[in-house]
Amino acid sequence: MGFGSIKRYLVIIPPLMWLGLFFLIPFFVVLQVSLSDPALTRPPYTAIFTWDSWFPSGYIGDFENYAFLWSDSLYWRSYANSLKIAAVGSFICLLIGYPIAYVIARANSRTRNTLLLLVILPFWTSSLLRVYALIGMYSPNGFINSSLSFFGIIDTPLQLMQTDFAVYSGIVITYLPLMILPLYSALEKLNDDLIEASSDLGAYPLATFWRVTLPLSISGIIAGSLLVFIPSVGEFVIPALLGGPDQLMIGKTLWTEFFNNRDWPVASSVAMIMLAFLVIPMMFLRNTQGLKE
Amino acid sequence: MKLKTILMATAAFAVASAAHAEDKVLNIYNWSDYIAEDTIAKFEKETGIKVTYDVFDSNEVLEAKLLAGSSGYDLVVPSASFMARQIQAGVFQKLDKSKLPNLKNLDAGVMGNVATYDPDNEHAVVYLWGTTGVGYNEGKVKERLGDDAPTDSWALVFDEGNAAKLADCGISVLDAPTEMIPAAMKYLGIDPRSTDPADFKKAAELFSSIKPHIRYFHSSQYINDLANGDICVTVGWSGDIFQARDRADEADNGVAISYTIPKEGALSWFDMLAIPTDAKHTENAHKFIDFVMSAQITADITNYVWFSSANTPALKLIDQEILDDPGIFPSDEVKAKLWVAPVYDARTDRAINREWTTVKTGQ
Repeated sequence: MGFGSIKRYLVIIPPLMWLGLFFLIPFFVVLQVSLSDPALTRPPYTAIFTWDSWFPSGYIGDFENYAFLWSDSLYWRSYANSLKIAAVGSFICLLIGYPIAYVIARANSRTRNTLLLLVILPFWTSSLLRVYALIGMYSPNGFINSSLSFFGIIDTPLQLMQTDFAVYSGIVITYLPLMILPLYSALEKLNDDLIEASSDLGAYPLATFWRVTLPLSISGIIAGSLLVFIPSVGEFVIPALLGGPDQLMIGKTLWTEFFNNRDWPVASSVAMIMLAFLVIPMMFLRNTQGLKE
Repeated sequence: MKLKTILMATAAFAVASAAHAEDKVLNIYNWSDYIAEDTIAKFEKETGIKVTYDVFDSNEVLEAKLLAGSSGYDLVVPSASFMARQIQAGVFQKLDKSKLPNLKNLDAGVMGNVATYDPDNEHAVVYLWGTTGVGYNEGKVKERLGDDAPTDSWALVFDEGNAAKLADCGISVLDAPTEMIPAAMKYLGIDPRSTDPADFKKAAELFSSIKPHIRYFHSSQYINDLANGDICVTVGWSGDIFQARDRADEADNGVAISYTIPKEGALSWFDMLAIPTDAKHTENAHKFIDFVMSAQITADITNYVWFSSANTPALKLIDQEILDDPGIFPSDEVKAKLWVAPVYDARTDRAINREWTTVKTGQ
């Protein structure tokens, strides 16, 4: 092994340690809890190994909690609904984010920096505050309802809170910048000559968009959609504050298992399966993308 | 060699400071809107101890922190029915009663009540107690149900006809299954202390019938909403509803709010001051407990948060208006109808929470 390759290994040690410390170890902790049984102790679950002084002498964990998740349709409905809300939310972000990213990428460099700053600006406040601001907008005595009734457009306040609309707008407000930035970076690299060539060859602007711009920005679309989709699936704050009580989401179901039922093992199994739902499609996407490049 | 010296010096310092008296710091975790404005300031002034004061709005959140361990809090305020199993899990340390001379102020009857959760009151003292009943906007309810609205009964909420008429002005209920399901059971004439899943189911069906008329399930938002007139009926905690009344009076917005303990009976609960096993400032926590149990401080708190105290000498110092309110200090006749929550085991908890999920989501 040459000196250069040793240096290369040294460079990847910090990120590997970071992953190990903050991803792998927590992953195994949750996995272990998901295989245990609840107990009236602190922490409230049993050990999955029996110990003979320093060495584990037996394994007593089981997949009972995973089996339990099959027994009640509540969990599958929660997963399905979360995936749906995350997918729709990401799509709305894409529809709104794409034109914004396009305009920023086409702007001259000075305006571009200002526009980018405006996109990032909301990140300087806590996302919780932004969600609370929406409550101020949507509540029966909030900004929208009081302005509408002030102008005599409505008599009784519109029900805006505790609706799907409120949840989707919460997702958009919270995650839109995560969609715009990767789209922008893909569109910015777009070579103007290609667009020019397309119109020189007789394509209408719309055809140019579908056949040149869109395919070339596909990596930005995938990256942006994943960045919005993944946190949206496990989202708890937005549905809890803006959504109605009848909206099943896996984040809320997990909360109930963990806090109300005090059943950390079942809560951990719910989390493990959610992870599987997110990781498997991502690996699939990574592979297909890898093939292309 | 140098490193070794530094390490040894650090270790010696650590040992020395551990032997020393504890820092003048106290970390408290209490319910939201549950203390007088000046209590903490007075305590800090009297003792020189710096207090960090955090709040929660559900027993479940507190319990999760306690069960995880190393919560960092020195003093917490669980409800007695939750505390009972937390004690079994080894979460709390025994109080050193020699450090609590004001313990003599507490009403023996109330302390006897909570001894069913904590034998001999070894781990905790009563902070405040209250009931889970019905709060309503007098004007709006009268407007919709007329003069003979059943404001003294659970029927105001649990009767589908009434709920339908009140839906447009807003009904809220606590997101606390172990309090709401038993209340519905009581309305149906079932023993509210029953732990039979079939009884939970009947209560859940009653809830599902009025679900379309319930605006939200939440355990703290209703204080503001009731005061602003955003909702007109709530099932909530006594003192919170009185605080809403107080805020409405202060805002002078024409909203008049009342609280009733329904004539069928209601849940009474006790919030307890307790010290976690792994608390780092045990000494200071005892000081705070004793401070709160002094007559004047308890009276100040009750005068501000409108929850009942179990402190006998404090009664003389509590506003007459509060003492006379049957919703805060109920008559013996009403008291006889109050019930205390049983301690649920894990299976019962799961059953009651699953029914509650069905109520909320229809699934």
